[in-house]
Amino acid sequence: MNDFPYLPHTQKDIEEMFSFLGIKDIDELYRDIPVLFKGELNIPSGLSEMEVKEKLSDLASLNKNIEEYGIFRGAGVYNHYIPSVIYPLASNRNFLTAYTPYQAEVSQGTLQILYEYQTQICNLTAMEVSNSSMYDGASALAEAILMSKRINGKNHVLMSKLVHPEYQEVSKTYTEVQGMNIEQIDYVSETGQLDLADLSSKITQETSCVVVSYPNFFGVIEDLKVIREKVPNEVVFIVVTYPISLGLLEAPGKFGADIVVGEGQSLGNTPSFGGPGLGIFASKKKYIRKMPGRIIGETVDQDGKRGFCMVLQTREQHIRREKSTSNICSNHAFNALLASLYMNVIGKQGIREVSLQNYHKAHYLARKLLETEKFKPVFDGPFFNEFVLESKIDPEFLNEKLLEQHYFGPLILKNFYENMGNNVLFCATELTKKRDIDFLCSFLEGLS
Amino acid sequence: MKLIFEKSVSGRKSYSLPKLDVKEFQIDIPQHLIRNEEPELPELYEVDIVRHYNQLASLNHSVDRGFYPLGSCTMKYNPFLNEEVASLNGFKFIHPYQEERTIQGALELMYELQEFLKEITGMDDVTLQPAAGAHGELTGMLIIRKYLQENNLGHKNEVIIPDSAHGTNPASAVMAGFEVVKVNSNNEGRVDLDHLKSLVNENTAAIMLTNPNTLGLFEKDILKISDLMHKNNALLYYDGANLNAIMGKVRPGDNGFDVVHLNLHKTFSTPHGMGGPGSGPIAVKSYLRDYLPKPVVGVKEIGEYYFDYDIPKSIGKVRSFYGNFLVLVKAYTYILSMGKEGLKKVSELATLNANYLKEKLSRFLDVAYPDVCKHEFVIKGSSLKDYGVSTLDFAKRLLDYGIHPPTVYFPLIVDEAMMIEPTETESKETLDEVAAIYEKIVEEAKEEPQKLKNAPMTLSIKRLDEVKANKDLKVKFD
Repeated sequence: MNDFPYLPHTQKDIEEMFSFLGIKDIDELYRDIPVLFKGELNIPSGLSEMEVKEKLSDLASLNKNIEEYGIFRGAGVYNHYIPSVIYPLASNRNFLTAYTPYQAEVSQGTLQILYEYQTQICNLTAMEVSNSSMYDGASALAEAILMSKRINGKNHVLMSKLVHPEYQEVSKTYTEVQGMNIEQIDYVSETGQLDLADLSSKITQETSCVVVSYPNFFGVIEDLKVIREKVPNEVVFIVVTYPISLGLLEAPGKFGADIVVGEGQSLGNTPSFGGPGLGIFASKKKYIRKMPGRIIGETVDQDGKRGFCMVLQTREQHIRREKSTSNICSNHAFNALLASLYMNVIGKQGIREVSLQNYHKAHYLARKLLETEKFKPVFDGPFFNEFVLESKIDPEFLNEKLLEQHYFGPLILKNFYENMGNNVLFCATELTKKRDIDFLCSFLEGLS
Repeated sequence: MKLIFEKSVSGRKSYSLPKLDVKEFQIDIPQHLIRNEEPELPELYEVDIVRHYNQLASLNHSVDRGFYPLGSCTMKYNPFLNEEVASLNGFKFIHPYQEERTIQGALELMYELQEFLKEITGMDDVTLQPAAGAHGELTGMLIIRKYLQENNLGHKNEVIIPDSAHGTNPASAVMAGFEVVKVNSNNEGRVDLDHLKSLVNENTAAIMLTNPNTLGLFEKDILKISDLMHKNNALLYYDGANLNAIMGKVRPGDNGFDVVHLNLHKTFSTPHGMGGPGSGPIAVKSYLRDYLPKPVVGVKEIGEYYFDYDIPKSIGKVRSFYGNFLVLVKAYTYILSMGKEGLKKVSELATLNANYLKEKLSRFLDVAYPDVCKHEFVIKGSSLKDYGVSTLDFAKRLLDYGIHPPTVYFPLIVDEAMMIEPTETESKETLDEVAAIYEKIVEEAKEEPQKLKNAPMTLSIKRLDEVKANKDLKVKFD
């Protein structure tokens, strides 16, 4: 007997296999190892399915989840509605238990899904080509910056201070070892938008790329048109975006973005404590050979029938090794599937409607919060579904009190930026209900 | 089959949203920043979508459908339990910026997983942040680089990598700012020790090894290699892609490795999801702890878990937030299910299955290195050339028999290579059937080679023109 449902071997099987191999003991197959581990791993013995499930349920229940708690926090991971049809369809085990489509003829499902995903991302961002996903928004940005160096050979990076702070950190980690240096572009304290004068004064002959976030980390919508005018053509213009906002906002490709990256979690992926997410990566077609990551293309079979396969693999690590455009191998294909499904379900009108609902709910929230007089406005630039207010109540105290009422309050900005005082970042999405906003505001009335 | 865009009919929809319950505001965004055309997304009703994806699913081979022995990818069976627990609301619906006391379950799970991984690898500290194996490689190499710089060894810029290594190794080393030096394999398929000695010099930063290597062979000179490296102030990096062969049998940390990465989606069955998400934690010896990306999960004496940002020389972050958390949940579930005895048994049976299939196939195909293998082995397909067929033709013919081909044309040092990894979750009957199919195809190659060259013949699609795909590049639907 064996005790493990995932292991098929009976004692008889093992004996027959031993006898076929002419061995008496499994360790004969480990005879070439000089230092076998003789001890026992300090790990508990295996548990039954019931016991594991109970243990995991217990752990899960120690977490306060946002199905039970209201949330007014975004900052890179957003709580959006996920239509019911999405997870059951995606969870089909012929998707879930397949791997990278190395053999195209038995992977047409995967390949077509990723081809459709690439098309959707291009259409959403108004870019010409998209890869089939990266790990997350942050690593996608880091790779975009490395790509800018492959395009123009330069090392100076200009990045808006209002790109997500974690993306800035990841970019620094990736690019510093390649001799690239990142300089921050300041923002205008009245509007919360990029300081154009600061941008212009910092561009040099050595500038490889300019990175802006649209909307930015403070939720403010940058004017890509005027920014683009300040960025010389030989400098790669990289836009970090939030895909849900693109139902309402003009696509970055329309403003001449060279590379668009972003976090795709908001497209049909649960927040999942921040991972796995989905790195969106799209660019102009002329740069396709400089792009990192897997790309799917259309072709025909022997009979001329349409099919799909991986293309431009000579850029990739498994062929090009140390000369590849990136080391990425496993990407986030399953999350791309969820995103693609989401975009199919929501469709061209839906994305606009979701986007508009986000806009109106956030503006309602902002208006009501200001009416409580517990907050002061901070920036006057236009915002999408997130905005900064200065809290007259100590932010930690505020969030403690809200937690008691089963709400996650706004993000406390001083944890991310110096000199932020009591500034907090609020977020509303289509899932934020009017009654929660009204409750929040009436609760705050009584708080000092 | 049709693309989803070709099924789109203007005016259809498959979503419904509640009516906006707040007042509509005048949109105060400048006109030129407002989208003037709706994005071209398909318009369908729900049944269209359901049928589309069910049709697509039927076009995929998967572990649940049949044998999938993709070498070095460890396509083992993926328990349903892993999926079920990872879909609990307490895991799926938590936000990365929640207050620590509201996510104690997630932190406890991460902490315990760190502890398990330390134990399995024989290392001292772990970060769960990297999103995939290659991402772990990059993280590990950045740690090595920073360590060398901090210790006045910044001139060390060469990383030695065997010619049999995964392509990610050289790519990751270069991304971390190193130069790659290739060490040859000897005629036994292991690192050529003499060649290695001739390459090691004062600029040597590290060696990256997969052990067992991509030929499925254990580097039996590992202790000599380790001595040689450490005497030269160089470090050992362990590529954990092939860890499935050795759990509970040998620990990289005990063999002198300084940095180890793991591929949770492989070894711990999380599953592969058509190419990801994976998860690539790395484990380090204690003297490298201060270089890990922030944060790691710690525990206070009162049993409270917290994110520990006290990592003074951290390389910085490599990913937003804390890594691929839901993948961590699945790997943790798998480890609890198997336990210490189970994990050891997994490796033993993976090794037994590989050796069994290798011996069976060796009767009619050339095994590149006949020595006892670990979880995988490599067939040298060059003898097929006598019949006018290639490894690719052989692989495509396997598709007609409903089994997935092995990894082909890798490792690069074996002519017409087929790298086969059956994993421990395949039964003896399956291996016997597979061997019979391989034998049959060898016979076909001798007698009807055209059959292989025309393969696959039984699928929805015949062999694809990959040259055309690259020449007439079409990467989106217009």
